[in-house]
Amino acid sequence: MTAVLETPPQIERAGTRAVPMTRLTLIELRKLADTRAGLWLLIVIGFATVATSAIMIGWAPDDEQTLQGFFQFGLLPSSVLLPVLGILSMTGEWSQRTALTTFTLVPARGRIIVAKLAAGVLIAIASTAAALALSAGANLIGAALGGDGSWDIAGSLIWQGVALQVLFVLMGIGFGALLLNTPLAIVTYFALPMVWSILGGTIKALKTAAEWLDMNVTTTAMSEPGMTSGEWARVGVSAAVWVVLPLALGVWRVLRREVS
Amino acid sequence: MITVEHLTKRYGNHPAVDNVSFTCEPGTVTGFLGPNGAGKSTTMRMICGLTPPTAGTATVSGVPYRRLGNPGRHVGVLLDASAQHAGRTGREVLSLAALTMGIDTREVPKALDRVGLNATAAKRRVRAYSLGMRQRLGLALALLGDPAVLILDEPANGLDPEGIFWMRGLLRDFADRGGTVLLSSHLLREVEAVADQLVVIGGGRVVAQGSKAELLAASGTLVRALDAAALELVLKRAGLSGTKTTDGGVVVQASAETIGRAAADAGLVLVELRPAGGGGLEQMFLTLTAGDSVKEAVR
Repeated sequence: MTAVLETPPQIERAGTRAVPMTRLTLIELRKLADTRAGLWLLIVIGFATVATSAIMIGWAPDDEQTLQGFFQFGLLPSSVLLPVLGILSMTGEWSQRTALTTFTLVPARGRIIVAKLAAGVLIAIASTAAALALSAGANLIGAALGGDGSWDIAGSLIWQGVALQVLFVLMGIGFGALLLNTPLAIVTYFALPMVWSILGGTIKALKTAAEWLDMNVTTTAMSEPGMTSGEWARVGVSAAVWVVLPLALGVWRVLRREVS
Repeated sequence: MITVEHLTKRYGNHPAVDNVSFTCEPGTVTGFLGPNGAGKSTTMRMICGLTPPTAGTATVSGVPYRRLGNPGRHVGVLLDASAQHAGRTGREVLSLAALTMGIDTREVPKALDRVGLNATAAKRRVRAYSLGMRQRLGLALALLGDPAVLILDEPANGLDPEGIFWMRGLLRDFADRGGTVLLSSHLLREVEAVADQLVVIGGGRVVAQGSKAELLAASGTLVRALDAAALELVLKRAGLSGTKTTDGGVVVQASAETIGRAAADAGLVLVELRPAGGGGLEQMFLTLTAGDSVKEAVR
């Protein structure tokens, strides 16, 4: 009898190495800007940031026209709008049904989620850096027009600014992953914390809870230099509820949801 | 090579796919046939690791899809041509895929050209694409990684007759060069022209499978008589069962000789007596799946 040599079907190994994370992150960054919605959102953030400087130069008292002053105000538009980009990054895959292609090309969904989070963090850092650069430019012009023009800026303010931006973008991604529906996620992202702020502000019994759990309250300290450890603790607790919890549930949902 | 073994998917109590097994060999085109809602798409999504099966396994080139590190280089997949971001340009869709697969983005214009999308179409956003153009874009995406296996769900939807003819040629050529193609459709005619192997599915179960030649051979003899009522009587008397076609003929599961003799004995004038061929396959397809499609419509 002849022995049959069973050779298990082998596929060429070269092409099957998993797609590296750096590549996936760059792709996710590109996807933030390659649609009309994403591109316009970035353009609007850019213009709004320029506008904050223009408003400062035009109307703020001269002694407030410092690098720090421009920077503090300049972070406002991106801290409000950048999270929407994070939401779109998650919900777009399902609303526009591109998840079908994305997860067919990269079946390990966790890697795509990590790439999206990394892209969100990078764009938050980049936007803070851009706001700082813009503030410097505005400060030059402000000084020429009679503003204070001081270049003193507390280092803590820059780091807190970065942390603030990252936190809100991650919150956006978390809400996006949890709801997987663009309009619903955007409305919930803005409305839910607002409702909580109103409740916390009006109902006496909730006052202490709001001091620890209301992101709008706890993060106010982040735009003033030299946060205390107590203030950081409050940011941490509120972020656990508004950032970590939605992210955890959202990731769990994206990993399990059937793609069709 | 695609191997599907006892694949089952239940949604609650409803079995969408029930114990489906088949194999697609290199060098062949396998037509995956069934009415809408028969479980074709669910099966294909399970093969591609997008839907977790309740039971059973599927492998591509001997490996479960989700374990292929960079699947785009092995399997070209087109499950839904409409599932593309409306705000991206055709070129951008392919560029993203090329970057993911680690392919030079200079290949993108060539890939678009191969499916008949010119530079103007490449610059347009997918929102402005017709369904036919989306199918072409989806095919370009599937072919981009130079895969050995193609998995295509209803790729002919929305293509014009010229487009369908072109796609047949493309798939035939792909298989002739040693590729494996799994192609689904709810239209028998569409698949018949290009497939070597057929898997017919209805109500989540495989109801027939084999080579096209086998299935055609097994599809009986078409007979048509001047007097249809008399033919029915003669067939009944001879103990032959048949199914009526829409145009007055009868497909009988017997040889032409048996039928011819029975007709001659009864002095019946036949105007047609031939292997049922594709017409018979269509008849079989309809009979095998009719009940299910009605159920589908009612559900």
